[in-house]
Amino acid sequence: MAAQAVAISLVLACGVATFVMSLCTYASMMRTRERYYDRYSFASVFTHLKRAPNSLSARIAEIPGVAAAQTRVVVDVTLDLPDIAEPATGRLISIPEYQSQQINQLHIRSGRYIAPRTEGEVIVDEAFAEAHHFGPGTRVKAIINGKLDELTIVGIGLSPEYVYTIQPGQIFPDTKRFGVFWMAYPELSAAFGLRDSFNDVALTLGYGASEPEVLKRLDDLTASYGGTGAYARADQLSHRFVSDELIQLRAMATIVPITFFAVAAFLLNVVLNRLISTQREQIAALKAFGYARREVGWHFLKFALLIVLFGTAIGIGLGAWLGRGVTRMYTQFFRFPTFEFYLDPRVVVFAIAISVTAGGLAVAGAVRRAMRLPPAEAMRPDAPPIYRPTVVERLGLQRLFSQPVRMILRQIERKPSRSALSILGVALSIAVMILGSFSKDIVDHIADVQFDRSQRYDFHVSFVEPTSARALHEIKSLPGVLRAEPFRTIPVRLHAGQHSQHSRRTGVIGLPQDRQLLQLIDLRLHSATLPREGLVISKTLAESLSVNVGDVITVETMEGERRTVNVRVADLLDDFGGTSAYMDLTALNRLLREGDTISGAFIATDPAHASELYAALKNTPRIAGVTSKQAALASFRKTIAENFLRMRLFNVLFGCTIAIGVVYNSARIALSERSRELATLRVIGFTRREISSILLGEVGLLIIAAIPLGLFIGYWFAVFATAAMQTETQRFPAIVQTSTFAFAVAVVLIAAIASGVLVRRRLDQLDLVGVLKSRD
Amino acid sequence: MREAVFEARGVTKVYHVGEVEVLALRGVDVDLYEGEFAVLLGPSGSGKSTLLNILGGLDVPTSGRVHFREHDLTAFDDAALTHYRREHVGFVFQFYNLIPSLTARENTALITEIAHNPMKPEEALKLVGLGDRMDHFPSQMSGGEQQRVAIARAIAKRPDVLLCDEPTGALDVKTGIVVLEAIERVNRELGTTTAVITHNAVIAGIADRVITISNGRIANVMRNEKKTAARELVW
Repeated sequence: MAAQAVAISLVLACGVATFVMSLCTYASMMRTRERYYDRYSFASVFTHLKRAPNSLSARIAEIPGVAAAQTRVVVDVTLDLPDIAEPATGRLISIPEYQSQQINQLHIRSGRYIAPRTEGEVIVDEAFAEAHHFGPGTRVKAIINGKLDELTIVGIGLSPEYVYTIQPGQIFPDTKRFGVFWMAYPELSAAFGLRDSFNDVALTLGYGASEPEVLKRLDDLTASYGGTGAYARADQLSHRFVSDELIQLRAMATIVPITFFAVAAFLLNVVLNRLISTQREQIAALKAFGYARREVGWHFLKFALLIVLFGTAIGIGLGAWLGRGVTRMYTQFFRFPTFEFYLDPRVVVFAIAISVTAGGLAVAGAVRRAMRLPPAEAMRPDAPPIYRPTVVERLGLQRLFSQPVRMILRQIERKPSRSALSILGVALSIAVMILGSFSKDIVDHIADVQFDRSQRYDFHVSFVEPTSARALHEIKSLPGVLRAEPFRTIPVRLHAGQHSQHSRRTGVIGLPQDRQLLQLIDLRLHSATLPREGLVISKTLAESLSVNVGDVITVETMEGERRTVNVRVADLLDDFGGTSAYMDLTALNRLLREGDTISGAFIATDPAHASELYAALKNTPRIAGVTSKQAALASFRKTIAENFLRMRLFNVLFGCTIAIGVVYNSARIALSERSRELATLRVIGFTRREISSILLGEVGLLIIAAIPLGLFIGYWFAVFATAAMQTETQRFPAIVQTSTFAFAVAVVLIAAIASGVLVRRRLDQLDLVGVLKSRD
Repeated sequence: MREAVFEARGVTKVYHVGEVEVLALRGVDVDLYEGEFAVLLGPSGSGKSTLLNILGGLDVPTSGRVHFREHDLTAFDDAALTHYRREHVGFVFQFYNLIPSLTARENTALITEIAHNPMKPEEALKLVGLGDRMDHFPSQMSGGEQQRVAIARAIAKRPDVLLCDEPTGALDVKTGIVVLEAIERVNRELGTTTAVITHNAVIAGIADRVITISNGRIANVMRNEKKTAARELVW
């Protein structure tokens, strides 16, 4: 009984642990984020523009609702780093010479703030510094306006704007190849011809301010200065990623714990019922001696309570430990000044309450039975169980079954709800394992689709500003370039609906017809063609604009000369990104009345000429940024793989805990119920192996029935979990690979077999002599 | 002179119950002969069940030897004893010990499926007078009927010996007589060597020999000159 009780406790512990871990990590992250944003005045509204005089900032600050306004210079440059061959991207952001920043304040981790009237001093973001082992004093080469300049790192910092350092257009951070640098305003503005000007705005809002109003007014003010469209914090890249992660944590905090609690409750119910059945005589004796019903009930309730409290205590400890580990894992990706796991006492109390309630409900029926048992009746043997021929036999198939098999089938059918719940229990262990591992399948799929099928280029090169298509020749003539294809990107606002009530800020990407290096792949892995006229937009984008194929969308360009044109939706693309709009390059150029203009190129390169190419890329003034696909992919795979391996271990433990909990208890209960029969069979000449197969055959049949059910439930868990994690910018298909299914089944089978072996050993202890005299 | 099926010499059995040593059998010598009907008579605690268990291969003596025909049971390991029980012994228990999830026919078929030369389950059941109750479950039968099924199950494999431990202990007089009649018939028609344990001296009347056991020893061995038919027993 002790082993059974421990098994149930462990199942409950897993439920409590996942509950505590997810909720506390979620709460910790929320708290940390809110405090951070608050303390360092994270902006609520942002916009980027081409160039505006500093005098405009006063008018921006006067927009009703604005609490404070920050105007600055933000420029992306190419970096030439000593420890990686390919070029990296640095984002330079201007800060006041004197540490007086009001919005998006910097937290200096080590080193110091920049000193006024110095040259080349920068503060670098911590993630980038760590990736390269940079520290205060390190010099970094950057290509500023076509010239190679040296920047000196004087401090390592953190900003609420870059909790998650990710480049626009990427799906995960590459902290080795994208770094943020804060530089004195006078120096940065001068270097890029923006003296006394700015090209970026961040605002904080006052209490009661109308965000849409502020956005509109900001847009109006910056329109003639090349404003690309104001957006709110909800759309800020770093913030959005953190929010998405929180959504996922929240989702996990429900499905998984509920499963564990349900299984634990079921087991507790079955075990306690069995215990009471076997102790009928003792109960009778107690009552005959004068113990009150309440005392008898409390005796059994105590037993259940002990299991529940034991499991809960372990679960809380385990949950806190896991939470600390997960939080530590998060600090790799999310850079907060402090990020600590906080074990919220309310969550602990809530967890205890849920456990005790679930446990109490589970055993209420059994305890009531014990309390109501009349003493005299309890002293009589239990009424013999009623058996009937099973469904299969009524169909006339009994000739196919030997007597032992008939015993098993009838046993299962006699307690159909218990058998069904046991099957469900094992099925859930498979499902929980699938739920825990399938996210890697999605990531693998995305990496496969995104990188291998969609992005077939080696490098993505973007120019400082849109230029004539002739620049493509320059790119093609770089050493090692095998193929170069142009693209044109332009920030736009799409409007749809009779009164333009739907609008979305996004970018239109113009691609050539004969392209090879970038394919438009949908979730079903089909490659979409680009019609010669019209827009191809992501399905989610279409839904948010409430448009369909054939509808006309108003496209408002947010770059250079603002233009508003009407374009037809030619096709929809059900893709991963969700917010993209594509068009044929020539058609786009025509629409924008700009001749052959391109924003950059995709290039396929010969690895043999890699170093020459890198040198050339770093030296081409026209180029603002270079992204290497291979490097990013390798980095991504490595980080994700490490984390998944760790998660998978816990996953296996969870799955095994449920499987062993259910199978071991089922087998022990079966043994307890059938020990007399099995001993009888031994007496009349059945071997140990024969009775083992009768005992374990029943459990085995349930497990086999559980497998397809488990795969089914697991798949739908994955589908629901995926739906819960959907965001507008990240649409995942629910992918579960065959290997994930197979692994889950294999682990559960092994756990079940191990449980079976443990119980089988008890068969050797059957009292053959005693059974001759026993009545039941 | 009939051949001895069992030969027990100097059989002693000691049980350790906690710190206490219980001497269940103290140097028992006894033979059982081919085809005979023997009753082992004695009060509770006399050691009769222990002796039956040892003869049936369920237990091993602490010292002494037991031979079943030419086999030395005391030299058998667990697997060999299981095999011995499977091939040669039929057991009938005081509380029937039927498998509740199987019908009468199936309970009997359990044995015939693993026996070398069994009779058909239907035959065995007819022999004990249950030809019309073959497809009933134990829960649908009276105590006497269940015990007769148990007898059918025991003899379906045509065992060399039939060992019955207080077969009527849980039954009323009338039913008990029916059961004893069945056992009688089996012994008579199949010639199976039969040993029945009881504390009820009246039952001893149906045996060929009555072996009285007391305090772990054979107190007396008596031959019944005239056997009483089970039908005529009164207790």
